[in-house]
Amino acid sequence: MSEEEKKDYAESPINLEYHYTAGSATTRFLNQVKEGKIVGQSCPKCSAVYVPPRGSCPRCGVATNIEVPLTDKGCIESFTIVHIPIPGNPIVPPYVCAMIRLDGANISFLHLIQGIDVEEIRIGMRIQAVWKPKDEWTHSLENIKWFTPIDEPDVDVATLRFQES
Amino acid sequence: MSDQKDLLRAPFELAYNYKRSSGPLMSKFFNALAEQKILGTKSSTGKVYAPAAEFDPETHESLSDLVEVGPGGVIESFSWIEEPKHHHLIKNPFAFALIKLDGADTSMLHMVTECDEADLKIGSRVTANWSATIENRITDIKFFTLEK
Repeated sequence: MSEEEKKDYAESPINLEYHYTAGSATTRFLNQVKEGKIVGQSCPKCSAVYVPPRGSCPRCGVATNIEVPLTDKGCIESFTIVHIPIPGNPIVPPYVCAMIRLDGANISFLHLIQGIDVEEIRIGMRIQAVWKPKDEWTHSLENIKWFTPIDEPDVDVATLRFQES
Repeated sequence: MSDQKDLLRAPFELAYNYKRSSGPLMSKFFNALAEQKILGTKSSTGKVYAPAAEFDPETHESLSDLVEVGPGGVIESFSWIEEPKHHHLIKNPFAFALIKLDGADTSMLHMVTECDEADLKIGSRVTANWSATIENRITDIKFFTLEK
């Protein structure tokens, strides 16, 4: 790259500073996460279980006021192998981001998969959370370092589709 | 419903470390700032856009005829900031102003400071003050001050 071409790029950082307020549903959820527990919330009308809960059922439009303790086991609903490094991200590619469907939940959330060769990861694979040491727990799903495969038969993700009761 | 004071709150910062490619024309504009020169572009109608524009918004032609403008100019409009916030680049009271640089037909947004609000008028003459650090950014012009 010549000196002239280099000058064609200008540093243009953008910083947005927020104060995030969790809201009552997320506060309830994160208070449990701090204790190492994953507690979803269920819709009183259609009984769908949301984790992480946002406080209302988008299908029924009612508050999800029923707390549902969940396990830290589930399956991979979908995944992406990340090969491109993101500036400032300490995780070294290739690594895997996956949509995690916990047992008993009707929605999935994004987390990391580690402890397996990326080529072997597949949809439906059974996984379990690997937690940080207890003294590092905060109000964050980062208390879970990542999810790792466990020796259980794969799940047919078609069976995960929500069934109206 | 939990009491509002029980809700979790946390500061949160979203930061993108962008590098921006300015393109062939705007690169010349930004590189000129390092030499303490402000460039505009002249269209076939004779109108000078400053800061430099890549295209003429009226004739839609591609512009490449660079001309030097400023460093003095006239305030066309301004908004006084009596109490700058932490994200403002100037910590003392200042104004955001549209400044029509000498030789230009359009105005550019920058800051005017080292004056009182009452000193500023639409039509006041100002001149560019240069930053000690050169970053090929518009902030290489530190701010404008009233012409003595």
